[in-house]
Order: sequence, then structure tokens, then C-alpha cells
Amino acid sequence: MAELVAVIASTHHPFYHRASTATGEDRPGFADEWVRKVEAFRETLTRARPDVLVMVGSDHFHQLWLDNMPQFLIGKAPFYDANWYNEEREFGLPRMVMKGQEDLSAYLLREGIDAGFDLAFSNELRIDHSITCPIITLRPQNDLPIVPVYTNIFAPPLPRPKRFVQLGETIRELVESWPGNQRVAIVGTGHLSLELGGPRQFGPHGPDPEFDAKAVEWISTGDIEGCLSEVTLDSLHAPGNATHGFMDFMLMMGVAGEGRKADYVDTYDLFHTMEAYFTWYPTGAGK
Amino acid sequence: MSKYLLNKFLFTVDRDPALVERYRDEPEATVAWWEEGQANRILNCHGAESSTWLRFADAERAALAAHDYPKLFELGAHPFLTLTLFIAMFERDYDEPLGFQLEYARKLSHMTLPYPDIAT
Repeated sequence: MAELVAVIASTHHPFYHRASTATGEDRPGFADEWVRKVEAFRETLTRARPDVLVMVGSDHFHQLWLDNMPQFLIGKAPFYDANWYNEEREFGLPRMVMKGQEDLSAYLLREGIDAGFDLAFSNELRIDHSITCPIITLRPQNDLPIVPVYTNIFAPPLPRPKRFVQLGETIRELVESWPGNQRVAIVGTGHLSLELGGPRQFGPHGPDPEFDAKAVEWISTGDIEGCLSEVTLDSLHAPGNATHGFMDFMLMMGVAGEGRKADYVDTYDLFHTMEAYFTWYPTGAGK
Repeated sequence: MSKYLLNKFLFTVDRDPALVERYRDEPEATVAWWEEGQANRILNCHGAESSTWLRFADAERAALAAHDYPKLFELGAHPFLTLTLFIAMFERDYDEPLGFQLEYARKLSHMTLPYPDIAT
């Protein structure tokens, strides 16, 4: 069976690429420390020596649109082109191409449907910064095949938080039962408190530092029960109007497991939103 | 009222560089052109299979034609779509980093929770 060698949950800040590559007067003051933190985080994935990456993220109205909106979708293709014109325009993100691990995609789809998730699929998926940001931060050489998993945190009606946790639990079970001997890492990205297109956007910190502190505590201690007791689709409006992206962190808590403390935790308080980085080693592989 | 159609306008303009410039320069004419010939197109289908029933409410058409993003927020347009497109059009007019984004927040500062429903 495949081995789950690392579980990683991260924010996906689209400005990292531009900040980390800027020089001279264009380089923001927070860039050097950000790069240091990201490189330390990257080492937690490198140490696990993965062969394959399952990448959990969310399309930001790029390929998935309101005339045909899936709740959970898995890409099944030999390649994935990535990043879109409006991400190049706004964030300076580069065009990328990733290889796909198509047999694992097929396995997750078949077994996932049988496990009770009516998963949508795509055989030609252009992926966006929710998945390319963690490639840029965690695996910039972009040398590993991926399985993209998209969730709807964007276009209501959304699945409820518990469903995200359950999908995470199921993805873990399926990866661990995948025939073969590959070393798999599951990497998912979301947000802490975040406001986009509203009055609280682009402040000196995330819109709700108190929520962020709680969220980091839930994630780092694996407190799924506590998190689910406080987080609902309604409650997530309060910390910021884009905070439903936190449900992808909850999915990753489901992957890591109830009560599983993260082996690596780091945060970085930036303008606009707090960065947060977590790594678990389910088998102790990277410790 | 059609939040869906508002979003469809923002979505289809935002992904087309020429349309972004056209909407910046001639908002009223672009909105009229789009409603006349594009609003009913089903994406990925040819023109003969267009829908027959989509049109803006007057307040929606007026908000788009006036680049009135606070009004679009009040009408329940998806905030991510509005923000992304308006950054593309107007960030260039501000000297300070995030100058437009902070102005945008200020212009929405009268909005309090719960925000307008964005469900379509």
C-alpha cells in the first residue's frame, strides 16, 4: 500500500511569488522573513521524500462557474496547465504545467464515490493559485505528479464544515489503501480570516486576529471537535467575508485526524491576512 | 433581479483583457453591448443555443454602467469578482501600493454585518 508520508495545511497567499522575487526598492520589508519562514516550511515536505502530491484547493471562478458548479471535484488528467490571465495580471504568477498522477485520481474517484461522496471530475483542468501557490512555496522545482482536489468554498450553497472534515478523513483512508508503494503527501490550502471586496479588506492584519488565534489552536492541536462546535456556514461570515476558505483547513484536519497535534507550526502576521503553516508526519517519516 | 447575471458580466469581462479596457473606457456602452449580445450566451455553447430570458434589473444595469462598486456590493454581486475586475481597471490610477484597495474598503465602510446575501 501507498504510504502517507506528510500532511500539510497552509494558507495560499498569491502575493508571495512577487514579494519573494522582488529586488531593490520593489522588495517589501516583510519579504525576507517571509522567505525564511517559507523555506523552513518547505523543508518539512522535502524531508518526507514524497513521490506524489494530492493537492487540495479551490477554484476562484476560473474554470468552475455558476452555470455548472461542483461541490467537490477531482482532476483526472495526465497534465495540468496552471494559472490564469487575471492571476498573472494581479499577482504576477507564472504559467506552469504540472504532471498528473492519473491512476491515483481514478482510484480516489472510484473509491470516493463508493464511500459516499458524489465527486465531480475533470479531464482537462487548468488549475489556479490555490494549488500553484503551495507548489511555488513548498516544491518550487515542480517535479512531482499531482492529484488536484477542488472544493467549493466560494459559491453558495456550500457543503457544511463537517462535510469537509469527512472528505479529508476519506481521502486519507483512500490514499492509505491505494495499491502500490508510492510515498504520498497531501497538501491543502485555505485561509484564516479573510475579507475580499468588503470594508475590512487589506487591513494591517487579517480582519479577525481573535479568530485566527483560535483557528491556529484548533489546527495545531487537531481539535476537530472543538472547531466543529464553533464553526458553521453562518459563523464564518463574522471573521471576514472570504473566511469560508477556512473549511479547506478543516478538510486537512480531517486528513490529519482527531487529536493529532501538528509536528510543525508556524505563522506570520501580514497585512490583509495571517499566514499559517502546519505539517503532520502520520508515520513519523519526516521527524 | 439577477445576481447571477451581474456575476456573469463581471466574470466574462474580467477574463478578457480587451474587454477589461473597453469596460474601463466606455462603461455604459460596454454594458449595453454586453446585455444585448452576450448576456444570454451559455458559455461553451454556440450562439444558436443561447438562453432567452436573461436581462439586468434597472438598478443592476445602472450600477455596472456607473462603475459603482459599492452598489454592486449592496446588490449582492460576488465580492471577489467585483474586486478582481475593479483592481484590474483602477489600481493603475493610484500611486501608493494598495491605494485603490484601501479606497475601495473606505467606500464600503458603511456596510455592516450581515452583508448582502451573495447566493445565486
